[in-house]
Amino acid sequence: MDVLELARWQFGITTVVHYFFVPFTISMAFLVAIMETIWLRTHSERWLRLTKFFGKLLLINLAVGVVTGLVQEFQFGMNWSDFSRFVGDVFGAPLAMEALLAFYLESVFVGVWIFGWGRIPPKVHLATIWVTAVATLLSAYFILAANSFMQNPVGYEINEAAGRAEMTDIWAILTNKVLLISFPHTAFAALMVGGAVVAAVSMWHLVRGARQPELAEPGGASDPGAFRRSLRVGAVAVLVGGVGVAVTGDIQGKVMTEVQPMKMAAAEALYETQQPAPFSVLTIGTLDGREPLHQLEVPQLLSFLATGSFDAEVEGINDLQEQYEQVYGDGEYAPNIPVTYWTFRLMIGTGVAAALVALWQLRATRGGRAPTSRWAVRVAAVLPVLPLAANAFGWIFTEMGRQPWLVFGLMRTSAGVSPGVGAGSVAASLAAFTVLYAGLCWLWVWLLVKHARPGLPDVTAEARWGRGDRSGPDADGEEDDAERPLTFVY
Amino acid sequence: MDLATLWFVLVAVLWAGYLTLEGFDFGVGMLTRGFARDETERRILINTIGPVWDGNEVWLITAVGATFAAFPEWYATAWSAYYLPLVLILLALIGRGLAFEYRGKGDTPRWRRRWDLVIFAGSLVPAFSWGVLLAGFTRGLPLGAGHDFAGGFADLVVPYTLLGGVVTVALSLLHGAHYVALKTVGDVRTRARVLAARLGGPVVVVVAGFLAWTVAAYAEGRAVAWTAAIAAGAVVALCTGVAATRRGREGWAFTATFTGVVAVAAALFAALYPDVLPSTLADANGLTITNASSSDYTLTVMTWVAVPVVPLVLAYQGWVYWTFRRRIGLPG
Ligand code: HDD
Ligand code: HEM
Ligand code: HEM
Repeated sequence: MDVLELARWQFGITTVVHYFFVPFTISMAFLVAIMETIWLRTHSERWLRLTKFFGKLLLINLAVGVVTGLVQEFQFGMNWSDFSRFVGDVFGAPLAMEALLAFYLESVFVGVWIFGWGRIPPKVHLATIWVTAVATLLSAYFILAANSFMQNPVGYEINEAAGRAEMTDIWAILTNKVLLISFPHTAFAALMVGGAVVAAVSMWHLVRGARQPELAEPGGASDPGAFRRSLRVGAVAVLVGGVGVAVTGDIQGKVMTEVQPMKMAAAEALYETQQPAPFSVLTIGTLDGREPLHQLEVPQLLSFLATGSFDAEVEGINDLQEQYEQVYGDGEYAPNIPVTYWTFRLMIGTGVAAALVALWQLRATRGGRAPTSRWAVRVAAVLPVLPLAANAFGWIFTEMGRQPWLVFGLMRTSAGVSPGVGAGSVAASLAAFTVLYAGLCWLWVWLLVKHARPGLPDVTAEARWGRGDRSGPDADGEEDDAERPLTFVY
Repeated sequence: MDLATLWFVLVAVLWAGYLTLEGFDFGVGMLTRGFARDETERRILINTIGPVWDGNEVWLITAVGATFAAFPEWYATAWSAYYLPLVLILLALIGRGLAFEYRGKGDTPRWRRRWDLVIFAGSLVPAFSWGVLLAGFTRGLPLGAGHDFAGGFADLVVPYTLLGGVVTVALSLLHGAHYVALKTVGDVRTRARVLAARLGGPVVVVVAGFLAWTVAAYAEGRAVAWTAAIAAGAVVALCTGVAATRRGREGWAFTATFTGVVAVAAALFAALYPDVLPSTLADANGLTITNASSSDYTLTVMTWVAVPVVPLVLAYQGWVYWTFRRRIGLPG
């Protein structure tokens, strides 16, 4: 493999791994913030216990999210230095804004949240988790602004002398139409992940509580009074996210047809221009589009997805290839069709599956019922995997569908790679990081399971603090404040 | 001051902030071996930096992000040139970040011992490597006509840059010892003070030697006077720290090394200005604040963001240090 291919693998692997943790963090931060809010409003201990319980899962995940993000910040310069030179003037700004406006907030306030239990006033403590949650969304916004520029360059001009793109309008970049729709789409997609984790873990504890009644007493580790409520919060989040991605995804498809028609054609393996065009649910056969053996199609649906009208024409790959050759010169302008075709379907398929599971969960827990079967446990185990997979497939589709462009219409992927870095260096780091990521993912799952299993923690001290009782071990506001040492958290 | 200079200063400030803030928590990380005698003491040390280390690390992310935004050529050239050292740094920082969070989440002593090793190596390796890298900026790299790195690994690790690495490790250790003395009680506090008093002399000597070398070999023209003045300030600050430790003034000692680290970083950047990455092959191949910077429009936009936000960040980060100002000790 040459440097280019190695660098592509490295970018893809790093980003997809980072993106396992990102949607988890974003959505879990909001869900935990909601749980803590309910607790402080009702002073019902079960919500406090849920807050602490899911808060711990959030922190386990946050740690891996943060450290993999660090690699992202570095790899543009390491592997893609010509890309960084070419777009840095435009692209660096949202990245720097992300750090200044979002990362500081997030990492500083989550630290206060972790160490603030029992030490700062409860209302301030609640505020810190809300700040953290909002900061995660802010960070998503800025990074998507950078990515949207690559999908649909706006607000720039090419400086021929300097050989680079220069920003002319920051507002255009921050309101790129691709950004305005991919931001809500990724936010809803993220919500499905956190919702699925909460729903799945709660389900597991409900089954356990039904089998071991001593754990299911009020105050017990698997207290169904708490977990039935959290299950419903989680399942509703999955459903809201599901409806959200469907609505925004539909709009995204139209924007995509406008700015990157080739990606839409590739998503459908649509070789010839058709009017109206059918949506292919499943095609078995040769994916070069020449010979479909078995096809399941919904007539006219693709026309609707791509344009909003059931009768419109949708351009095919062959026509687009010709048009692009006229504009950009000779070359291959279609992305890898099997990958785009299948990732698009898998994104939608796994997402829909997650929503269906959530619906079933809501039914199965109606009116105080709790499922006890082994099947319920199995379903709980796969549920979080579904939206995580959907997120990964969505990104692989988006990024690979943009190929051969790195910045659409401006720079090819092959032109962006670092000229001074040897294949040996990239291969070595690719190997090292891949092994590390594999270990990291394993550790992540293992720790999440290990800490989800014991169930709800004891929260007597925090409950007292929440009621404003100042006699806790670390209560603030006493005179001898500065003298009395703090106790441990880690 | 033109915008490119302003951003050069801001990048320098971010690096200086990173080195001094993460510097003490690198120091604390290194002290978990050798200095800490048992599990309890290691936990005390880790808890002193618990609420703040992640916020400290964001200074790095911001320094890198600001370099990318304001000087894309600098970011592109340096980051591809320092490929392998950066891989090492990343591996170390990844491990270290996980270790703080995960160390307490397993049950066996073996689990904790392994993560302790990661904390130690994860603090030592980046503390050293950042020194090598920043000293390398000041010294310059063999850059070809397209501003691309034309050398090999051997060009990155020369005596001057290696000494730079030793300096950042030594400073982090001393700074960390001062921090531990300031943030703990009882035996740990006493021993941290003793350690700091012992380290102080040698650290001052190493740092003074490195700075003298910097001024003599790498500062040019008007930069000589500036760099020499800042370097002298750094040495004075560190000596003040040594004196303060001997008198048991922990707050002053910490403030002194805090200032000392900032001044060492400032001296390196002062010697660099107006270059950002000189070429050791031909002057014309080097990167300067003029040929490496972003367009005026981009710098203006970034200035509008940074001017209100940086003070705000400082304010809330300061608030966190204030909130957790109490010392760490055993319960009861
Ligand atoms: C839980 C995750 C999830 C689910 C269920 C869906 N998506 Fe999605 N999709 C993503 C997660 C995602 C993503 C990972 O978040 C992407 C990658 C880039 C982006 O903006 O969002 C994405 C990209 C993406 C794009 C590409 C945009 C571009 O490249 O410009 C389109 C057209 C859609 N989605 C459309 C849909 C439709 C019609 C869905 C079905 C109802 C759908 N998505 C469900
Ligand atoms: C914001 C700035 C981003 C930049 C500059 C960027 C750039 C790149 C580059 C250079 C590659 C390798 C070339 C290639 O496609 O093969 C790539 C691939 C990829 N990126 Fe992005 N990307 C960005 C954001 C993202 C995000 C946010 C995600 C998902 C979370 C993502 C997911 C992927 C995936 C899955 C690939 C693999 C596709 C492939 O290798 O062809 N990217 N991107
Ligand atoms: C390729 C582009 C990306 C880069 C350069 C990048 C950079 C980073 C960095 C440096 C961190 C660590 C911050 C810290 O120490 O607190 C991080 C974490 C984070 N990133 Fe990314 N990121 C990328 C893609 C994304 C995307 C697409 C999103 C959201 C849609 C996102 C959202 C987050 C969030 C929420 C966090 C903090 C929590 C966590 O890591 O789990 N990032 N990212």
